[in-house]
Amino acid sequence: MTDVTDATTAKSAPTPDDGIRIADAEASGPVLAADGTPLKRSLSRALRMQKLRALALIAPLLIFVLITFIAPIADMLFRSVENDVVAETLPRTTPMLAEWDADSGTPPDPAVFKALYQDIFFAAERKQHTVLGGRLNYEMTGMSSLFRKSGRKVEDMGEVYQDQFEDLNEFWEEGENWNALMGSDEWNAEMAAWDPKGDARQPRFELRDGIEELLPQTSETFSAYAKFIQTVDEDNLAKEDPWAIVYSALYDDLTGPAAARLNDYSGPAAEELRAAAAAVDTFETVDYVAAFQDIDKDWTDPEVWQTIKTYSPRFTNGYFLNAIDMQKSPDGPEMRPENQQIYIKLFWRTLVMSLTITASCILLGYPVAWILANLPARTANLLMILVLLPFWTSLLVRTSAWKVMLQQQGVINDTLVWLGLVDTMDRLVLINNQTGTIIAMTHILLPFMILPLYSVMQTIPPSYLRAAKSLGATNWTAFWRVYFPQSVPGIGAGSILVFILAIGYYITPEIVGGTSGIFISNRIAYHISQSLNWGLAAALGTILLAAVLLLYYAYDKIVGIDNVKLGG
Amino acid sequence: MAVLTPVSRTPASFYASVVAAFGAFAGLLVGTAQGSGLIGLILGAVVMGAAAYLMAEVLGKEKTSRYGLALLMALGGFFIGGLVAAVIGALFGLFFGWLTFWLYEGRYRAKVAPYLTPGQVLWHYTFRVICGAIFIFLITPILVVMPLSFNAEDFFTFTPEMLRFDPDGYSLKHYRDFFTNSDWQNAVQNSIRIAPVATLLSVGFGTLAAIGLSQPHVPFRRAIMAILISPMIVPLIISAAGMYFFYSRIGLQGTYLGVVLAHAALGIPFVIITVTATLVGFDNSLTRAAANMGANPVTTFFRVQMPLILPGVISGGLFAFITSFDEVVVVLFVGSAGQKTLPWQMFTGLREQISPTILAVATILVFISICLLTVVELLRRRSERLRGMSPG
Repeated sequence: MTDVTDATTAKSAPTPDDGIRIADAEASGPVLAADGTPLKRSLSRALRMQKLRALALIAPLLIFVLITFIAPIADMLFRSVENDVVAETLPRTTPMLAEWDADSGTPPDPAVFKALYQDIFFAAERKQHTVLGGRLNYEMTGMSSLFRKSGRKVEDMGEVYQDQFEDLNEFWEEGENWNALMGSDEWNAEMAAWDPKGDARQPRFELRDGIEELLPQTSETFSAYAKFIQTVDEDNLAKEDPWAIVYSALYDDLTGPAAARLNDYSGPAAEELRAAAAAVDTFETVDYVAAFQDIDKDWTDPEVWQTIKTYSPRFTNGYFLNAIDMQKSPDGPEMRPENQQIYIKLFWRTLVMSLTITASCILLGYPVAWILANLPARTANLLMILVLLPFWTSLLVRTSAWKVMLQQQGVINDTLVWLGLVDTMDRLVLINNQTGTIIAMTHILLPFMILPLYSVMQTIPPSYLRAAKSLGATNWTAFWRVYFPQSVPGIGAGSILVFILAIGYYITPEIVGGTSGIFISNRIAYHISQSLNWGLAAALGTILLAAVLLLYYAYDKIVGIDNVKLGG
Repeated sequence: MAVLTPVSRTPASFYASVVAAFGAFAGLLVGTAQGSGLIGLILGAVVMGAAAYLMAEVLGKEKTSRYGLALLMALGGFFIGGLVAAVIGALFGLFFGWLTFWLYEGRYRAKVAPYLTPGQVLWHYTFRVICGAIFIFLITPILVVMPLSFNAEDFFTFTPEMLRFDPDGYSLKHYRDFFTNSDWQNAVQNSIRIAPVATLLSVGFGTLAAIGLSQPHVPFRRAIMAILISPMIVPLIISAAGMYFFYSRIGLQGTYLGVVLAHAALGIPFVIITVTATLVGFDNSLTRAAANMGANPVTTFFRVQMPLILPGVISGGLFAFITSFDEVVVVLFVGSAGQKTLPWQMFTGLREQISPTILAVATILVFISICLLTVVELLRRRSERLRGMSPG
C-alpha cells in the first residue's frame, strides 16, 4: 500500500483492494463516498465486514472440528510424552531418588525406603499402586506383581507402631481422640453439630493452630488421611480410626526434635503425648529396608530402583524410544535386545506393503483409466459403474467378500481345484498372510487410483498421440514420450491418496491379514484395547501421523487440496 | 462408432488357426479338470479349428451354425459333467461361434484405424482383454457375495447342491436370521439412530462454513481449509485413538452423543469438499440481484442460493451419511455395547466367523449402495446441467 504506482499499474487483474489504493493515491485530497466519509475508509470497512462475515460463517464449524477432532489429536500427542503417574504416585520417593547414584550398584539409602513406604501406603489406599505397577511393567517385567504385593503388605509395617501405641494407652485407639488432638476447636465444634444423615456437607478438616510446628509429620499424614476419608471415601471422619501410617508418623515425631517441644504444649492430650514420648525409646522399631526385602527381594535390586528413577520425570521420551525398539538405560537410549525388536520391523512392513499396494493399484488402475478416458462417453459411463460400485459399497462388505473368496475352502481355491490347477491337498494359502492383505486392499483402494487418473487422462487430447505417430513414433515411443508424461500428475495424485489411505488401514488387515499381514495400526489398536499401554499407542500413532502429514503436505503441493474430487 | 475400415473375409489359414489356438486353451482348462491337460489341449485345438472351418466354409449360414455349435457343445458338456458342464459348454459354444465369424468376416478390423498393423490390432484387443480382467477383478467380489447369501448351509462357500442349481441348496434362512435376530436388529437400529443425526450436524455446519469459505476475502483460508479437511486425511485409527483418549477424559466415551459427534467430525470434509465444489460455479451476481430487489440475506440464502447448491449439499450429505453408516474403527473405540452399529456387528461376526448372515447383510448393503450411487450420479448430472457444463 506504500508503493502506489505499483499497486495501480503492476496488478494484472482488478481486486477490491485496488479501490483503497487508488483512493490512497489521490494526493490532492480524499475521495469521498456517497455518505461523505472518505472512500478509503468506507471501502476498508466494507472489506473488513466481508471478512468478518465469512469468518462468522466458518466459526461454528471450526470450533466444532477443533473440539471434536483437533483436541483429541492434541490429547494423543500429549499422551505420547506424558508420564506423571510415577511422580504423582511416589511424590516423596522420586525427589530423594534423584540424588541416588544409579551406577553405584547398591540400593538407595534407608531414608528412600521410608519414603517409599509412605508413598505406597497412600497409593494403596487410593488403589493407585497397581496403576503404577502396570505403568512400570511396560519397562521392566515383574514390576506389576512387585507393587501389587507391596501394596498388600505395607499395612503390616505401620501396624508395628500402631499396636505399640495402642498397648501403651487405649487413648490412641479412638479416632475421636485423634480428631480432638489434631483438629482445630472450631472444626471439632462444627463436626459435633453436623448431622451425618442430613444433606449438609461434612465440615472439611482443619488442623489445630500450632500442631504443625509441634508434630510436623503427624500433621501432614493426618491431614492426608482426613482429606482422603472425607473426599474420596466420603465417610464420616468422626467414626473412623486413623490409618497405621499416622502412628508411624507420630513415632517419628516423638523420637525427633518434637519431643523437647512437648514440655511447653498444653493442648488436648498433652498428658498422653508426653507419656508416649517417654515410652517411644523402648518401642520395637521397623527396619524399612529389611521389611521391603521381606516383601520381595527385588527391592534390593538396583535395577528396580533404576527403572523407577529413569521414569520419574513428568515427561518422557520413553514411549517414543519404545516405539522405535529402543529403551532407556542409565547410559542413555540404547537398542532393545534383538528378540524384543518388533516396531521397526512393523513400520518397515507397513511401508513396504503400502508401497506394494500402491504399485499394484497403478498397474491395474492405469489401463482401466486409459480405456475409460478413450472410449466413447456412453460406454465409458457404463463401465464407470463397475468402478464406482465398489467405491460406494461398504468397506466391510468388500472385506467380507474377500474373506469368502480367499479362504482355503473359498471360491478362488475351489475354482482352481475344480480346474485341476491346484491339488486339493495343497490349496493356496491366500488369507491370514501378506498376500491376503495385499489382494484385498488393492481391490479396496483401486477406485481411489482410477478416479484421479481418469480425471487427468480426460484432459489429454487424443490427437497428441496421433500426431506423435504420424511423425513416425512407434506405439511405445508415442506412449512413453508423449502420453505418459502428461498423465504423471494423475499417477502422483492417485498414488499419494492410495498410499495415505493404505498406511493407516486397520479393518482389512485385521480380518484378512492374520499375524504376518497386519499393519502398525493393528498394533496401535492392540495397545489401546488389550495391553492398555496407551502411552505407547499414542507414540506409535504420533509417528504414523507425522508420516501421513508429510505425505499430505506433498499431496497439497502436487495436487492442491482444493482439487480433491469425489466420485469422478 | 462408424465403421472405419472396409472389411473383407479372411483366409481359412488365419481364422481357423486363431480359433484353434483359443480351442487349445479351452481344451487345456477342460483337460486339466478331467485329468489330462495335454490330451485336452490337442483335442481342443483340433476340434475347434475343424469346427471353425466347417462353419465358415462348408455351412456358411452364420446364425444356424453359431446356435448349432452352442447346442452341440452344451450336449457334449451334459454328457461329461451334468447340468453345470452343459451350461459351461453352451457358453463356450456361443463364444466360439461368435469368434469364428468375427474373425472370418473380418469384423475385428471394422472399428480400428485402417492404418494399424496386424500387431497393433492384436495389441488393441489384448489390451481390452486385460482391462476386462481388471473390471472383473473389481466387480467379482461384490457379485460373489450375492448368491452365497442364499446358501442353505452355514458355509462361506458354494456347496455342491448350489453348483448343481438344486433348489434345496438355496434358502432365505440367513435373511430370516438377519430380520429376526435381536443382535442384528439392534445394530440396524443403532446405525439408524446415529447416522442421520451425525449427517445433519455435518451438513448444517459444513454448508455454512463452505459458503463462508467461498467468499472472496477469507483470512487464513488455507489454514482453515487444512483443519476442516483433516478428519479425512488423518488415518482412522489415529482419529479413533485420539477420540478414545480425549472423550474418556471428558466423559463422552461410550455415549451416544460421543459417537454422533465423532461421526459428524468425520463427515465434515466430504460436505465441505462437495459444497465448495458446487459453489465454485455459483454466480454471485444472483445474490446481489436478490439483495438489490430488497431480499434480506436469509431470504436470499433460502430462495436463491440454496436451491442452486442443493445438489451439492445433498451429495455431500450422502457422503457424510455413508461415512457414518459405514464407519467401524471410531465407533469401535468411542462407542460401547449400547452403540453397536451394523458395521461393528459385521466386524465382530467376521472376526469370530459366526454365520453367513453377514453375507445376507452384505447383499442388502450392496443394494443400498447401488441406490445411493444412482442418486449421487443423478445429482451430479443435474448440477452439471444447471451450470451448463454438460448437455446431458
